Amino acid sequence: MSAGEIAIVSLIVGFIVTLVAITGFAYTTLYERKLLARLQHRVGPNRAGYIPIPGRGKKERRLLGGIMQPAADAVKLFFKEDPTPTLVDRPVYNLAPMLAVITAIMIFAVIPLAPEFTIFGYTFSPYFAVAPGLNIALIFILAITSISVYGVVLAGWASNSKYAVLGGIRASAQMLSYELAMALAIIPVIMLANSMDLGIIVEAQSVPYIILQPLAAFIFFVAALAELERSPFDLLEAEQELSSGFNVEYGGMRFGMFFMTQYMKMIAFSAIFAVLFLGGYNGPFADQLPALGFLYTFIKIILVMFVMIWIRATLPRLRYDQLMQFGWKVMLPIALANMVVTAVFIVLVEEEILVPDNLLSIFGF
Amino acid sequence: MLGPILKGMATTFKHLFKPPVTIQYPDEARPVRERFKGRHHLHRYDNGLEKCIGCSLCAAACPADAIFVEAAENTDEARYSPGERYASTYEINMMRCIFCGYCEDACPTEAIVLGKDYELSFYDRASSIYTKEMLIVSVPEDGQDTPQQVQPGSFDRAIPDMEDPK
Repeated sequence: MSAGEIAIVSLIVGFIVTLVAITGFAYTTLYERKLLARLQHRVGPNRAGYIPIPGRGKKERRLLGGIMQPAADAVKLFFKEDPTPTLVDRPVYNLAPMLAVITAIMIFAVIPLAPEFTIFGYTFSPYFAVAPGLNIALIFILAITSISVYGVVLAGWASNSKYAVLGGIRASAQMLSYELAMALAIIPVIMLANSMDLGIIVEAQSVPYIILQPLAAFIFFVAALAELERSPFDLLEAEQELSSGFNVEYGGMRFGMFFMTQYMKMIAFSAIFAVLFLGGYNGPFADQLPALGFLYTFIKIILVMFVMIWIRATLPRLRYDQLMQFGWKVMLPIALANMVVTAVFIVLVEEEILVPDNLLSIFGF
Repeated sequence: MLGPILKGMATTFKHLFKPPVTIQYPDEARPVRERFKGRHHLHRYDNGLEKCIGCSLCAAACPADAIFVEAAENTDEARYSPGERYASTYEINMMRCIFCGYCEDACPTEAIVLGKDYELSFYDRASSIYTKEMLIVSVPEDGQDTPQQVQPGSFDRAIPDMEDPK
């Protein structure tokens, strides 16, 4: 297959994935609002659009109330006045939301969505993604998430507002601290699968890695929450202290882009968690019918997002010093220890000192 | 640390399956309390005559000065209320009214009573003034609208013999 062919296919797939991600972002907001509402005994948005089901008698039943809420929100954001404050650093102020949203979309490039399958005479090999078979996929993800810090910091700095600068500084410190723990939680997975290619990692998971590596999964999940600036680590937009943090000077769709970044990264990190620890597109009958891979990926993403929203409904926000201490004094040592122990076990198994089949006999069974 | 967090998570998860407590307000309204003080109504007797005799005691009692009453003479040919006079103009400024109910207490004929309507909103100041036509209740079934033509001498007393307050 020629390089041009690969480029064209990647372009088409990338276009589709980006569209799906943007639509998915909109419905993630609805999913979050609805679920959060139900967790708090509320109804959630239920006015904008519904599917009418004529029932017996006079009363018609309304299914999926609020289905058009994302569209209403988008229209509102687009038509809002978007003033630029006088003393901002204009180029950087305009660049920051774009930088944030571009990095959020770029994470989707390497995420495998389905196993190898053929459609319209073209075989997606070795798996379905925008950039399949990238052998440094995990490094790519870590690099891109690091760049996304710039969007937040530059937005805070360029706004020329004290709240925004404080929010930006908090964001950068928080993201840098938790990125370490996250990278260290990924390393056991790389060692187990012996590859950084997400497709190979998925194929290697005959048992989902969340069972083999529960600690790494937990650390990755918590670090992802911090990376996403989600509750309980959302203190860079603590309303009580910083009004809304780095995006305080942004309005209209430029604020919408930060909003979009946050939710698209939420989908992306759910997908990465699903790929690394829940077996990605693996599932029953995925070998016979590869298109089922999309469904499994989707279900797993929804599940991870459910836990994120559930945590948001439960836990209060951490204090800043608690956040830093938790990151450096708890998460990092545990992640490091987990990595070392995993490495030792892998070496023991490879040297056949420890044979997995009679692992139980060691513990006296 | 993990134990309390998991306990909290379990609690919120349990609440996921409880029905929402929301009342979908414009569609379904919560019933107000028995002694709720909402918008005023001007009441009528069973034969359709207005209870209000235009005495302005409500206007005098009103601490917010929201009520304006102008009285006119009743005649037997055009009788609005028992007694000598009736309220030809009766206006309440709902923007001034504090819904204290003093007008209701002051009324000698139980004409003005605070009802249960609370959806009082308007786009301009002029429509905050509720006139007599807006405040008065509709004519009872076996009564007739005012002004009525009545037998001379049948409705001389402004304050009729009333039954005991319930």
